[in-house]
Amino acid sequence: MSDVVLDIANLTIGLPPGADRASAVQGMNLVLRAGEVTCLVGESGSGKSLAARAVLGLLPPRVGVSAGSIMFDGQDLTKATPAQLARIRGARIGMIFQEPMTALNPLHSIGRQIEEVLSIHTPLDRRARREKVVALLADVHLPDPAQIARSFPHQLSGGQRQRAMIAMALALDPKLLIADEPTTALDVTTQAQILHLIHELQRSHGTAVLFITHDFGVVADIADQVAVLQRGVLVEAGPRDAVLNDPQHPYTQALLAAVPRLVVPQRTAEKPGIVMLESIKARKEYRQKSLFGRGRSTVALDGVSVTLRRGETLGLVGESGSGKSTLARAMTRLLSIDSGDIVLDGDEITRLPQRLMRPHRQKIQMIFQDPYASLNPRQKVVDVIAEGPIIHGLPRPEAEARARELLGLVGLDPSAADRYPHEFSGGQRQRIGIARALALRPQVLVADEPVSALDVSVQAQVLALLADIKARLQLSLLFVTHDLRVALQICDRIAVMRHGAIVELADTVDIYHSPQHPYTKALFAAVPGAAWLQKEAAYAAP
Amino acid sequence: MRAALKRFARNRMAVLGACIIGVVALLTALAPLLYPAGAFTLAGPPLQPPGMRYLLGTDALGRDVAAGVVAGARTSLLIGLSAALSAVLFGSLIGALAGYYRGATDIVLMRLTEFFQTIPAFLLAMLLVVILSPSVLSVIIAISAVSWPGIARLVRGEFVALGGREFVLASIGLGASGPRIIFRHLLPNCVSSIIAVGSLLVASAILLESGLAFLGLGDPNVMSWGLLISAGRVTLRSAWWVCTFPGIAILLTVLSINLIGDGLNEALNPRLRER
Repeated sequence: MSDVVLDIANLTIGLPPGADRASAVQGMNLVLRAGEVTCLVGESGSGKSLAARAVLGLLPPRVGVSAGSIMFDGQDLTKATPAQLARIRGARIGMIFQEPMTALNPLHSIGRQIEEVLSIHTPLDRRARREKVVALLADVHLPDPAQIARSFPHQLSGGQRQRAMIAMALALDPKLLIADEPTTALDVTTQAQILHLIHELQRSHGTAVLFITHDFGVVADIADQVAVLQRGVLVEAGPRDAVLNDPQHPYTQALLAAVPRLVVPQRTAEKPGIVMLESIKARKEYRQKSLFGRGRSTVALDGVSVTLRRGETLGLVGESGSGKSTLARAMTRLLSIDSGDIVLDGDEITRLPQRLMRPHRQKIQMIFQDPYASLNPRQKVVDVIAEGPIIHGLPRPEAEARARELLGLVGLDPSAADRYPHEFSGGQRQRIGIARALALRPQVLVADEPVSALDVSVQAQVLALLADIKARLQLSLLFVTHDLRVALQICDRIAVMRHGAIVELADTVDIYHSPQHPYTKALFAAVPGAAWLQKEAAYAAP
Repeated sequence: MRAALKRFARNRMAVLGACIIGVVALLTALAPLLYPAGAFTLAGPPLQPPGMRYLLGTDALGRDVAAGVVAGARTSLLIGLSAALSAVLFGSLIGALAGYYRGATDIVLMRLTEFFQTIPAFLLAMLLVVILSPSVLSVIIAISAVSWPGIARLVRGEFVALGGREFVLASIGLGASGPRIIFRHLLPNCVSSIIAVGSLLVASAILLESGLAFLGLGDPNVMSWGLLISAGRVTLRSAWWVCTFPGIAILLTVLSINLIGDGLNEALNPRLRER
């Protein structure tokens, strides 16, 4: 077990002048051994991906290794020529990326792309390569490997694509596998399967794995060793159980504390108020037009009925394609539905034209997922927030005054008003988005994955802010998320969605203690690090 | 914007283009001082070669070619800029309406755009000038009428790409009206592409104008490079300078504007930045 595969010593990666710090990674020491999974954990901007790319010699332009060494198989990779690196990459170091769709060439079949790796690095002839490809695809448990080999990337699901990527990475039995957030873009149930697969293959091949992630749940599931990176500095490293259960460095402690627990916090239950927002048998179907008559159609919402009461937080939980975002947008009338009704505060708003809809818009506001795409890059923050009130007839000076006031409410400095969105971090932008939604003094807030794009520590702050504002302003909150852990933290009731329908709807406590539907149970089982989180929760509860 | 300017300044060819255009603009401004008599007056004997007395020679009627080139610069820049500007405004409006409202509006407007794009631009421009009778205004109208489709398609494409972005949804959620979303949120986000493509339109507008003037379809009372070349073509073998200098002026101006356009495109387009 002790044979060293990769030895990173005193690695420093310099950044171009004008970056937020001088070096992306500062004096990093890390040793990877055969048959071990080492998780490199850090928040966005911690330099974890750049460290991995330095090993592969794939640093972006104007970024380079300025000190230290990366010893692999008796060779210093920082001093290797591009030709030497190319021989090592793929053959002796495999790699998997976050987004399998962009890492695969859409114009070539899966089989051809894996074959390419074999033809570059091995003397196998065409037939032997073909056979090997099918065997590899079978190894990663893809159904009907011969058929998959003939398919193109867009014909496979995200999980299947990632399996194909893994097959490709392991094609030449590398000694080292580098996986950069390989499951971040996947649904939880798929993520659980992929993690299991990586673990199994790595054990049987004796590969050393450098696994980059931001999710401590994933770490708990897969790691042997953990290394924590904070702004380019390795602050803590050690065996998994030691780091997770007894973190030494304050940063690691803070990160672990911010991980949402798989537990329902004690809450005083609000008594249910009147129905604020209701969807009655909402149905939405997307038809794909084809040249000859009707094409395939996808049912995004299949007659969904749900109610949101005054003062409650209702969670919509589901995987991608479950229709949860569609439902949220349909209920805010950002999307029209084919049949069914949307009732807001007693008024039927399903088919109101935009002009008549405007007075109702004040009552319901939305918070979006992507803090980068949800703010107009050309508008100052004060204009972003004041826009709503101005549209609804408030004179500009008063609207701007309200905007400045709201900045304080969401925990931003008043000086933020006159700056542009790009000057803020993801968490700060999400606060601006919340302020914009609050500017109209709505009664219902619809939050579509408001924390999914944020780091865990920031996630916790934004969730706390949302809960606080909701309580203070007596709002009703419809909270869309794919993350059961987050839903348990904030929601009073949870609706689990799948294939455009609600499969289970119950109080959070009930759904946590006794999920009824098999899919809900599967979701709970797939939460990364479920076992560790529950043990943690048991410790935390006195 | 200041950062974009800095990136523009890093591009040497673009800066060179900007300098040449600067000189042309300066000459235009100084024309009344340099050649107070104007371009149409007879300055001396006909067909004098370039020399100390007549810097670029004289043409078959004894008019100073240098005065003509300077006066032509004014016409070219005026027509080029105003035609490009009106094409950009009209094209953006059409593209914005098609890209924002989609559906039937989109289909009608885009078929109209394609209709204009499929007719040979120069023939259509000629036809329009003939119908409207040659004058500076009719030349501008004709050139913008054949130049807007490119801008319309560009703006429509940008709008379609931006339309699904969350900040647009957020504005709809706030209750914003269509015009508000178009002018406050969408157009400001495609300004950089419009500027980059619009600057190239200026160059093609100048070429079109020269072509029209060469065929005698320019304003007969306004000096233009095309008109100079047209007048000099009969004496091309005996007096090369009459055609050559306006030709060089067209070449330099159009080339410089293209360089500026490329520079702007690179400076404003984030996808090309990291190179």
